Amino acid sequence: MTTALEIASAVRDPELPVLTLADLGVLRDVSEEDGRVVVTITPTYSGCPAIDEMGADLRRSLISAGYSEVEVRLSLSPAWTTDWISSEGRSKLAAAGIAPPSRIGPSVAGPVPLNLVPPSRQVACPQCGSPNTSEISRFSSTACKALRRCNACSEPFEHVKEI
Amino acid sequence: MSFDNAYESLLGHEDSHWAFGTGFSEALSGVNREFPAGVDTADLAAYCLMLGDDALIFSQRLSEWCSRAPELEEDIALANIALDLLGQARMLLTRAGEVLGKSEDDLAYLRDEREFRNVHLAEIDCGPGPGGDFGTTIARLLVFSSWRLALFSRLAPSPLRAGSADPVLAAVAEKGLKELAYHRDHAAQWTVRLGDGTDESHRRMQAGLERVWPFVDELFATHAVEARLTGVAVDPASLKSEVDGVLEAVFSAAGLSRPADTRAARVAGMAGRDGVHTEAMGYLLAEMQHLHRSLPGAVW
Repeated sequence: MTTALEIASAVRDPELPVLTLADLGVLRDVSEEDGRVVVTITPTYSGCPAIDEMGADLRRSLISAGYSEVEVRLSLSPAWTTDWISSEGRSKLAAAGIAPPSRIGPSVAGPVPLNLVPPSRQVACPQCGSPNTSEISRFSSTACKALRRCNACSEPFEHVKEI
Repeated sequence: MSFDNAYESLLGHEDSHWAFGTGFSEALSGVNREFPAGVDTADLAAYCLMLGDDALIFSQRLSEWCSRAPELEEDIALANIALDLLGQARMLLTRAGEVLGKSEDDLAYLRDEREFRNVHLAEIDCGPGPGGDFGTTIARLLVFSSWRLALFSRLAPSPLRAGSADPVLAAVAEKGLKELAYHRDHAAQWTVRLGDGTDESHRRMQAGLERVWPFVDELFATHAVEARLTGVAVDPASLKSEVDGVLEAVFSAAGLSRPADTRAARVAGMAGRDGVHTEAMGYLLAEMQHLHRSLPGAVW
């Protein structure tokens, strides 16, 4: 028998369909309470327009699997971090031509450091693998991605930026 | 598949899939929304409106740049920043609405000018209208995001501080903090690029700072609501030295001078936090609210 957790874990992200919601780390909890399935998700960014789609997709998948009552809850704290993207998710992103984020670790206490120049991150080109890449823009087609260019093969590519 | 009806072909006969950003669910569904003990909920609502309106109104201003920025990447960047702020606004207005018995849409679209609590800095025209240019917009973004980042870093729980006693404010701030850090970096990097660029870009960046500076004072003025909400709100006066330090670092790298401290005129000592706004606000609201008021209940 397929569990509610397995069904919810298999639902894909509407904006990065190579990833499941579990790969992306936005699926925080799946539980059954009094015959209802309660799914808790967290938004990537405050204004992420895909969050409603995620809820609708989860509801649809669970209902078509036979669960009659599904509640989707939102959790804001702890805030989503790209460190929650699974190892498998990172491989899937790279295979789809999107550079995965590097790991940032827990945030340090004290004022948020100001970056007067884009931080020099080693982001490998997902096409040719060269580490010689540069940032074109911190913002891209979705809130969670930056736009970069490979200086070796000249291909532009997207990068899930660290947050 | 028949394409006789474009709407149906997009829809696949499923309303929920027609486009992103349609059929919004409630912004705080399932989040812990208990009111902290001993807190005046009317004050809490007023404070959420202040911070929510700052984000909503500035988001509206930033959206005006979409398709009009100096380059495509910047259209996308400013629109992304506006979207983050709109997300913060939705959660804060929803929180205020729980006390006031109103929805986020009621608060965004059906309030009149005197009921908005945003600071003047968020509403003034800094371009693309006649009130400024891209440099002016970057100057406002630098000041606004440096200030809001300092504010949110105190509302959010951290190893150094407990954060706001209101669980929603604390959670919204914790989430927004990371977004604001990107906004501030983006503005700081443009300020350095323009300030340390050509004579013309330097002149316009400095002029942008001069334009926004009279509105900076209001950011650090303690409002009676903030003073009463001990443990829930942050006293903005306490942010001044941190924000000054950040701005000084950017100005120094950009070769720009900090403008002389001046203060925009007020009406009987009142400003945005009291619902007294500049001339620009009426025009902004007319554009933002017109559709909803002309066609009540309109949806995409």
